[in-house]
Amino acid sequence: MEWIQQLINGISLGSIYALIALGYTMVYGIIKLINFAHGDVFMVGSFIGFYSITVFGLGFFPALIISMTACALFGVIIERIAYKRLRNATRIAALITAIGVSLLIEYGVIYIRGAQPEAYPDVFSNRSFEIFGAQISSQSILILSVSIVLMILLQFIVHKTKTGKAMRAVSHDTEAAKLMGINVDNTISATFAIGSALAGAAGVIFGVYYTKIDPLMGVIPGVKAFVAAVLGGIGIIPGAMVGGLVLGVVETIVSALGFSLWRDAAAFIILILILIFRPSGIFGKNTREKV
Amino acid sequence: MKTKKFASLFLASSLLVGVLAGCSGGEEGSSSGGDTIKIGANLELSGAVASYGSSEADAIVLAVEEINAAGGIDGKQIELIKVDNKSDAAEATNAAIKLTSQDKVTAIIGAATSGNSVAQVQIATDTKTPMISPSGTSTTVTVADNGKVNPFTFRTAFIDPFQGTVAANFAANELKVKTAAVYADNASDYAKGLAASFIKDFEAAGGKIVAEESYVAKDTDFRSTLTRIKGSNPDFVFIPGYYEEVGLIVKQARELGIDVPLMGADGWDSPTIVDLAGADALNNTFIITAYSAEDPDGKAKEFADKFTEKYGKAPNSFHALGYDSVYLLKDAIERAKSLDGTKIKEAIEATDNLELVTGLYSVDEFHHPIKSATIIEFVNGEQVFKTKVNP
Repeated sequence: MEWIQQLINGISLGSIYALIALGYTMVYGIIKLINFAHGDVFMVGSFIGFYSITVFGLGFFPALIISMTACALFGVIIERIAYKRLRNATRIAALITAIGVSLLIEYGVIYIRGAQPEAYPDVFSNRSFEIFGAQISSQSILILSVSIVLMILLQFIVHKTKTGKAMRAVSHDTEAAKLMGINVDNTISATFAIGSALAGAAGVIFGVYYTKIDPLMGVIPGVKAFVAAVLGGIGIIPGAMVGGLVLGVVETIVSALGFSLWRDAAAFIILILILIFRPSGIFGKNTREKV
Repeated sequence: MKTKKFASLFLASSLLVGVLAGCSGGEEGSSSGGDTIKIGANLELSGAVASYGSSEADAIVLAVEEINAAGGIDGKQIELIKVDNKSDAAEATNAAIKLTSQDKVTAIIGAATSGNSVAQVQIATDTKTPMISPSGTSTTVTVADNGKVNPFTFRTAFIDPFQGTVAANFAANELKVKTAAVYADNASDYAKGLAASFIKDFEAAGGKIVAEESYVAKDTDFRSTLTRIKGSNPDFVFIPGYYEEVGLIVKQARELGIDVPLMGADGWDSPTIVDLAGADALNNTFIITAYSAEDPDGKAKEFADKFTEKYGKAPNSFHALGYDSVYLLKDAIERAKSLDGTKIKEAIEATDNLELVTGLYSVDEFHHPIKSATIIEFVNGEQVFKTKVNP
């Protein structure tokens, strides 16, 4: 029964990685930029959710929506201010800018509110119940369902809407898309908005599930999500989802076997192995669809 | 409470070379003239751990006022000289130099953390000035890395490994549990020291350790390891660590259905733990502290009342330890009948079951206190005095 429990632990952790990884992979797919500030958008989302709940007394869902909206806006602002003018610059220049933006957000938040951690309030009456001998809290079920709904919604946006079609087109060939009359700038902004909104949602979910949030909380999940995105094949949406879940489950298994101190190492060993043996990731090549 | 050990040792030694080059080691640091006794307080009044240092400073002021009002020590009034070491090891060394060479104090109280206390050790030794760290719990404050005792350095708080012993005895004798799991912070010497002494003493008391797991500070997900611990069915889980992680561990453990008593040490002692874990999850958990404001014992109660009257709030362990440091020194000066540093040092070494606010106090050959510890239980988010374990 312990194994069912561990599987649930792993999937819960993995779904948070997956939500963050989606933003990485979407942005990479469209402008070939590893947006290192993405983990910090996740952190900002978590704090926005926290203040919506504690200061404005909102429930989980309103806080989630506010956080997603604010993060979408925040992502677009970052793109417009920092990345847009670098669109034709070298990729290394854009990458270094992304690291700079990441540090700016982290220490900007510390400057505004200090570095002390906050404890997320309990927004649900947290009941645990047993399924096949495993303890499942109502929180983890809700978190899982929110993540799944968001991922389905994303698939819908990418495949069934005009914006999604434009995103796929720009990802495939920016120049050709421009010639076809697609507004590339707006499409890129839309990609940042959607990716950042998912990070914001992940931030709120993380806060509810793990309780403690602080201004540097985005660093490790950001890096892990990057590993997840590479694992699945960077630029490929289903790859990010699967990569996130696989990484979460692998980390949990490593801990479950009693090697908890090796957990972070496992994530990076996976990254190294993938880069050596299959740089295009699990889903690379086979599905050429990129966003 | 153990910070920057190596950095501070290095700084202490390098500063000494630079600053004390001219001061010969034999200088008499304890010549206070007139009819006052000068006592220096080298404390963290600003910076990262300012709350520790300023708590102790408040209590030290209270103790000095009391002693002076009652006629001082052998008719001499105490003159307290407070210096802010800015929570920084190099500043702590500078402050100690100022206190010993400019102010020529009889003794130094401070610093609050182990790292800043270690930074003064060399100066205390060179100038033969007794120094009492109220809350430096690392072994290195009184025993150098080469195993030699720092002759002029003492402490009021019990050392870290002692808390592991207290926890083991409490689990085996009071809670009467047979099996225990240990879940320790692998990145902290403090936690590892506690875990090692707990395991040794719990097994010596006839208990069985069924699981030994580690985490690393800054982790947020403990569920997989906790699930593993749950699988080994312990009657009791010992979690030495600091409140930021422990709060999450306690919450996640209860969610996974680990309902057995959980226990930790003074690293848990922060109001934040209640926010992180939630009041419900914290029920049936115990911590060790030097002091509880609810201690019904006469001396502790008297201190709590006086403190509350002066400062309008209940005292915490840092207050109690700061206060006790002054009385420990007073007792030693009275018995030494002298202000000579070496005589005072010998008197402190001879302290035998001195009754202080935090319990009975004696010193062992490593200048570690042998003293009482207080066990506190969390009940609906409140710290409730459970019992006092005498040495």
